[in-house]
Amino acid sequence: MRMELIQPFINSADAVLAELLESPVAIEKLTMEEEAYRRQGIAAEVCLSGEIEGRIIFDADRAAAAQLASRLAGAEVSATDEESVREAVCELANQIIGNAVTTLNDQGFHFHVRPPALHTSEQGSKSSEDTEALVMGFNTSSGNLFMNMALRYHRRRASERAVVAGHNS
Amino acid sequence: MEKFAPVTRSEDGQPVRYLIVDDSVFARKNLARMVETFGGQVIGEAGDGVSAISEYERLTPDIVLMDITMPQTEGIEAAEKIVRDHPTARIVMVSSVGYQENIVAALQRGARHFVQKPVKAEVLYEVIKYVMRDDSAAQGAGAGV
Repeated sequence: MRMELIQPFINSADAVLAELLESPVAIEKLTMEEEAYRRQGIAAEVCLSGEIEGRIIFDADRAAAAQLASRLAGAEVSATDEESVREAVCELANQIIGNAVTTLNDQGFHFHVRPPALHTSEQGSKSSEDTEALVMGFNTSSGNLFMNMALRYHRRRASERAVVAGHNS
Repeated sequence: MEKFAPVTRSEDGQPVRYLIVDDSVFARKNLARMVETFGGQVIGEAGDGVSAISEYERLTPDIVLMDITMPQTEGIEAAEKIVRDHPTARIVMVSSVGYQENIVAALQRGARHFVQKPVKAEVLYEVIKYVMRDDSAAQGAGAGV
């Protein structure tokens, strides 16, 4: 996966989380995932389609998710209020991924984002040769958060564009 | 949450009535809390574009806060349908996906403004004031012609 795809997500996560938590955020780990994704806590998945396609999973351990929900709501959200905590994780995923998608679109990549959905299965799909998965671990004042990105360029669209470019030259 | 001077309707000084459209209940609650600090009244909510259109017909709110990425009918399409039938509708798009092409498409189809998530209360407040003032200024100019 190319850095031009990854960087906007790092920047967006850093900006959104630092503003929400009013404290700095550090990337603790950055690894390529070969095995199926194992959910850490409460996770939301966003799918992309178009010139870039794939999925991103935003995952927070339960304690961190409850704290993030409280920050996002501006009022205490109990860890036992599962529905609010899940909603908050989905909304946070939407904000982080949406801001990164904005940057990528403004750089000339055209693709569509679907609304976030709760990722409930314990394991996600395995990465493949053309859909490498990158896992980013963020260390925040609320706890640990993870982002698992499996994205690829759409080959058919890329070749279509090459054909169009050939016709136009 | 910060307190703001109330924004009211210029014609009768009553609170601004809002319809909030977002597929996330959490986001709707947050926006509702925010507009209440502006002295507004949330008269309806919808979780997708189709419900937004029917709720607009039923409630005729002063302002619609409309998300873009939603299931079924998306926000820009819903805004276009509402404005086609109600040309004076004031729709403010509120979305995390704020690339230029999207903003232009929303404005071309009748939205009055765009606010990017995460929403800052002070930014939304200024936008609401602008959108509400926009009409009274236009009406004032029209009355003078």
